[in-house]
Amino acid sequence: MSTHKLSLALALIVAAPVTLGGDGPRLGQPLDESEIPVYARHVMPDGSGLPPGGGAAVEGEPIYAAQCAACHGATGTEGPIQPVVGPVDTYPKAAGRHWPYATTLFDYIRRAMPFHTPKSLSDDQVYAVTAYILYRNELVGRDQVVNADNLADVDMPNRENFINVWGK
Amino acid sequence: MTKELDRHLDEATVARNGLLSRRRLMSGGLALGGAVAAGSLGMIETAQAAPALPSWAKIAGLPVRGYGVPAEQEAHVKRAVLQFYKELAPEYSFSGTPLQHLRGTITPSGLHFEVHHGGRPELDPATHKLMIHGLVERPLKFDLASLERYPMVSRVHFIECSGNSFFNALFPEPMQAGCDVLHGLVSNSEWSGVPLSILMDEAGIKPDGRWVIATGDDGPSLGRSIPMEKVMGDGMLALYQNGERLRPEQGYPMRLLLPGYEGNMHIKWVTSLWVTDAPAHTKDESGEYTDLRADGKTDQFSFPMDVKSVITHPSATMSMSGPGLYEISGLAWSGRGRVARVEVSADGGGSWAEAELEPPIHNLAMTRFTLPWRWDGSPVELRSRAADDTGAAQPTRTVWKQRYAPSNYNHNNAIQAWSVTAEGVVENVYT
Repeated sequence: MSTHKLSLALALIVAAPVTLGGDGPRLGQPLDESEIPVYARHVMPDGSGLPPGGGAAVEGEPIYAAQCAACHGATGTEGPIQPVVGPVDTYPKAAGRHWPYATTLFDYIRRAMPFHTPKSLSDDQVYAVTAYILYRNELVGRDQVVNADNLADVDMPNRENFINVWGK
Repeated sequence: MTKELDRHLDEATVARNGLLSRRRLMSGGLALGGAVAAGSLGMIETAQAAPALPSWAKIAGLPVRGYGVPAEQEAHVKRAVLQFYKELAPEYSFSGTPLQHLRGTITPSGLHFEVHHGGRPELDPATHKLMIHGLVERPLKFDLASLERYPMVSRVHFIECSGNSFFNALFPEPMQAGCDVLHGLVSNSEWSGVPLSILMDEAGIKPDGRWVIATGDDGPSLGRSIPMEKVMGDGMLALYQNGERLRPEQGYPMRLLLPGYEGNMHIKWVTSLWVTDAPAHTKDESGEYTDLRADGKTDQFSFPMDVKSVITHPSATMSMSGPGLYEISGLAWSGRGRVARVEVSADGGGSWAEAELEPPIHNLAMTRFTLPWRWDGSPVELRSRAADDTGAAQPTRTVWKQRYAPSNYNHNNAIQAWSVTAEGVVENVYT
């Protein structure tokens, strides 16, 4: 083997990803569908995983005022914590402006919000708050019912600006 | 210092402002230890009378205890606690490892950094389970007791928050704070657990299973999308940290370990591995951990943390105890491979000397570097720059900032500089 080939071979050895493996005792127990909590799956950008129901901004506005405004601001732009309406000078990643998919709004509100009482909103309420945030970002109408059929179709304004640097 | 020592140190100088070669010091027959011993000898000669015996040498000591704790006098060595919204959301909190108080490379488990977006859950390990479902042949669940019977591996790896060093990224003027505040969202531990590939193989991944969406059992049910290659490569279900069960704030009873990847992906309190054909675009991979670029685009799925280093001794908030011989010491790490080289400058990047790397140099882990240094008491600027075995090296802050929008703070691996004033005060400065 020439020096060049040897160093190439060494480089490939160095570059090869580490793999851990082995055999296990196979003690996993069958998992029944009824045992999987809703938050173990995520709503996907194509809308799969969205539940039945729906809500409009007009219904979401009072829920937002009671549950969300203290942190995200009265109209969604003020914060102090991560405003959800943009564009806003203080935070460039406002959820309703920066995120590439509206489906993520529903998923995240359902699993993680309100901050101190996550998972306390009904699916209809989550749809309504999602609709309100989208409405405040001028992406849906005030009375438009957002649901499993149309949430994935909301044309998020920043989607084309993302670059998948993982590349796959 | 003696004239002989001065001459010897001059001969060992390898870069400006007193950076020394340890090899040349040793080959000159006068090790650093030798210089210190000569000084100590003089002190002994001046002692007049036998010292009084300390009280603890005249009584029996304390009996053993079940779990050791640090000395009372070391109580100041603790994590720097940051709560940006203390009134509205105190649970949204960070704590930074006090790197400036530690030596070696292993972070004590109780000093490992924390970033909690929704607080630390107090879950029941007896009922906690790990589920593997989605695009698999056999949806499975595992409890802690059964996982204990699986073959385990132990690996030393760092975990770094994508947002580590955010003050330096964002503030127009350098903030004067210690390494715990400036760079403390990185820690290094020996992690032990079950290779994820064993568990995934048991469930049987279907051909179109290309991503795993992992979810934690905390309040916000934090989720991240992980490429299947990583899960099946060196991904680990960690159950132990530095030999003992995970601490609650590190994901007790189980967490993901994805060596080299940004900290947010090492899902703590992990309960679900959902196999899919595509990423879920979760909240954190849509906003928080996307990186705004200078050209208006946004990097998404920027998983590995790049090569980085910081001099911990001396560092900001420390002060020098007079001119003389010191050992510069610091930490280097890379999420893309092994640390290959660390260079140190004492003249603001004008001249560089290669530091010594302390073995073993683990893959995707912290490495300690050291370099002898004779400080002559004049103002200097210390820097370290690391390179990894992929050939990547650290940029200056100016170069790093040019890549990103002004508001971006993720993936900041810029060179850190410390200025040492004539008074011996060590301060944070930008490169």
